[in-house]
Parts: sequence; structure tokens; C-alpha cells
Amino acid sequence: MSPRGLFSVRALSCARGDKTLFAGLSFQLNAGEALHVRGPNGLGKTTLLRALCGLSRPIRGDIRWRGERVSDLAEEFTAEVAYVGHLNGIQGELTVLENLQTAARVFVRGKERMADVETALARVGLVASADRPARHLSQGQKRRLALARLLILRRPLWILDEPFTALDAASVEGLSSIIGEHMSAGGLALIVSHQAFDLPGIRDFELARFCKART
Amino acid sequence: MSGGLFYAMRAVFMRDLLVFWRRSTEVMTSLVFFVMVTTLFPLAVGPERHELMLIAPGVLWVAALLATTLSLNHLFASDYQDGSLEQLLMSPYPLSALVAAKIAAHWVLTGLPLALLSPLLAVQLALPTKAMGTLVLSLLLGTPILSLIGAVPAALTLGVRGGGVLVSLLVLPLYTPVLIFGAEAVAAAAGQGFASVAHLSLLGAFLALTLSFAPWASSAALRVSLD
Repeated sequence: MSPRGLFSVRALSCARGDKTLFAGLSFQLNAGEALHVRGPNGLGKTTLLRALCGLSRPIRGDIRWRGERVSDLAEEFTAEVAYVGHLNGIQGELTVLENLQTAARVFVRGKERMADVETALARVGLVASADRPARHLSQGQKRRLALARLLILRRPLWILDEPFTALDAASVEGLSSIIGEHMSAGGLALIVSHQAFDLPGIRDFELARFCKART
Repeated sequence: MSGGLFYAMRAVFMRDLLVFWRRSTEVMTSLVFFVMVTTLFPLAVGPERHELMLIAPGVLWVAALLATTLSLNHLFASDYQDGSLEQLLMSPYPLSALVAAKIAAHWVLTGLPLALLSPLLAVQLALPTKAMGTLVLSLLLGTPILSLIGAVPAALTLGVRGGGVLVSLLVLPLYTPVLIFGAEAVAAAAGQGFASVAHLSLLGAFLALTLSFAPWASSAALRVSLD
């Protein structure tokens, strides 16, 4: 097989209901690269991200990780992906700390995981709220908690759906630098965002190119 | 790797116990429902001991069935709404194992207290004392089956409007074999039929069967619901 990107997508088509959203979508991503997926509402950006991380099934197309089909890798692939969607995935009854500890136990293989929890909390500025029930957090703080999971998971491929929603200016900057560090450490990122953010080296990816003319 | 899987399952189990514990009203609802329904029968049928004794096994088992059905919504619904379920699908471990841990937590907080409470309620239905042990044992064997089978329709109806009622409609026909063997076992122990051992063995076999396929089926259903 010819050497291609670490993460490569070829001729991908996705549909929502019976409507094809996009077809023939291709791109590849190498270590340290990131894509900013852009396009107006309703184009299928979320569907694309969900298809890429294996949550929903594309109609056709070839998604490969390290040259192997994602569908063949199954859990070996999900072990390499961190996904932050529209929903934060935070259990309101648990405290901030408990949420992260559960994430560390359920999603991370290996022993060093618990040390990361404290570091991640400090990084997103939630140390003072560690023992508060997550349901008492503000929207922005919940978002930060969801993003703290990225730091614990230590996965090479980050798939982020509108990660900057509800974040204040300082947190937007903080997250940008977190993503920047992830990239310089050889990580990959796919980001959907309508909000402007500053991240050197990120490529723009117009989803509209792969959509048929819309009425 | 397998050690990691065990820790992950335990983490899911402990997490669900903690969440359900902090939301104890939901857990109590099904238990109180169980108490209420069984209490209604002596009031409606009358205090005739012999009549009550005849219907006691059936009443207790039907009430347990309905109470479990009520609680099935808590299994996945809140995790679905807050996105935790979506994240669970992204875990490096087999989803069916983690779902099994969730079902276990559900049983510990619904089926187990229900089984332990049942002798108390059996007294007001004039169930003979010699049948109490069988009653608890049949419920200990039967309620995990109810949680396991119920997880499949609970996973399938996520995000469907009116899902709660739909779960009951889907799940009650599937519960009938458990109901038949469970109630028969208790009736037999109360001296109304054959030996209860046969019925209990069948319940045990049924538990082993559902244990092997229900976590797998409900994790497949979850993937469909979240697509």
C-alpha cells in the first residue's frame, strides 16, 4: 500500500434520514496536523465528525487509521480517538472530580492515569470547583470539564465539535494553546467551529465543496 | 488488558451506584410502587386468608415485574441526555462488558431491595412461612433476568418520544416466562403444586441464557439508537 496519511478518508458519503449530506469527501491528516472544518449550519459537519469517530455509519467511503480500515480496527481505533460533541458527557450528580476520575478509569488503559486528573483540572481552571456537583457548574465551566477529559485521555486523534461554545475569551485562548501543544506533540485534530480562534498551522476545510447544490 | 477491563467495569458499576444513590427518589419510586401494588390486593380481595394465599405468589411476582418495568427508564435515559452514553461508546473496552456493569448496578438498586423486601409484603398476603425462602430465592434469580432483558428495549427506545410506555409494551411479553416459572416456584413451595426446585432450576438456566446474550444485544441496540 502506498504511504498515506496517518488518518485518511476517501470518497466518504454520509446521509441524515434519506438526504445525502455530502459525497466523495476525501482528506488526509498526518501527525501534528489539524483541520478546521467549516461550513454553514445544516451542511453535515456534526454528522461528518460522528462518522469519523465511529459513532454513526457512513453510506460509503473508506476511513483508515495507520493504513488500516477503522471498521476492522474497532476498539483499537476508538482507543486512539477523543471526541467532544455538542453534549458534554458530564454526569450532573457527580462532582467535577468524580466525573474526571470515572473518565480516567473507564477510558484510559494503564496505571499513570490518576496523576493526570489533577493536572487536567488545574489546566482548565476548575481546581476550586473540584468537589462541587457538576450540575451546579455554569455552561462554560461544564464545557471546560468536558475538555479536561481530552488531557486525561491522551489520545492521538482529537475530534472536537464546537469546542469553544460558551467559553470566555481567556478559556478560548487556553484551549487553543492546549490544541497547539497537542499538535506539536504529534497529535491530530479535527475541529468544527463557527467561532474564530487562533491556532498556527491549522488547515481550513470547506465542507461545502462536497455537498450538492442546495435548494 | 483483562485487568483493565475489570477496573473499567467496576468504575462504571460504582459510578452508576453513586449516581442512582444521589438520585434516590428514582430508586425509591419503583420500590414504593412495589409496596403499594401488593398492599392494594388484600384491601381489594378481602382478608380471607385462604384466598389471599392462593393469589399471593402471582401478585408478588406481577408487582415485581411492573416495578422493574417502571425503573427501566433510569438505565440509560439520563446518560443518553447528557452525552455520557456517547462517550461510553468511545471507550477502548468492549461496550457489552460496560453495559453489563450498568445492568448490574441497576439490579443492585432495584431488583435486590425488591427481593429482600418481599417477605415482609408476603406476610400481608398470608403466604405460608415455609414459602418465604423460595420467594426470596426466586426473586433473587428472577429480577436480574428482568433487568437484563429490559435493557434491550430500554436501549432501543432511547430518544423515541413516549419511550417509557413503549418499553413496557415491548418488555412485558418477554417477561412472561420469568413470571410463570417464578410464580410457580413460590406456589409450589406454598404447597400448591410440584416441587419448586424444577422451577428454580429453570429460572437459573434462564438467567445464564440472558446473561450471555442481553449485554451484547443491548450494546448493539445502543449503537443503533445513537447512530
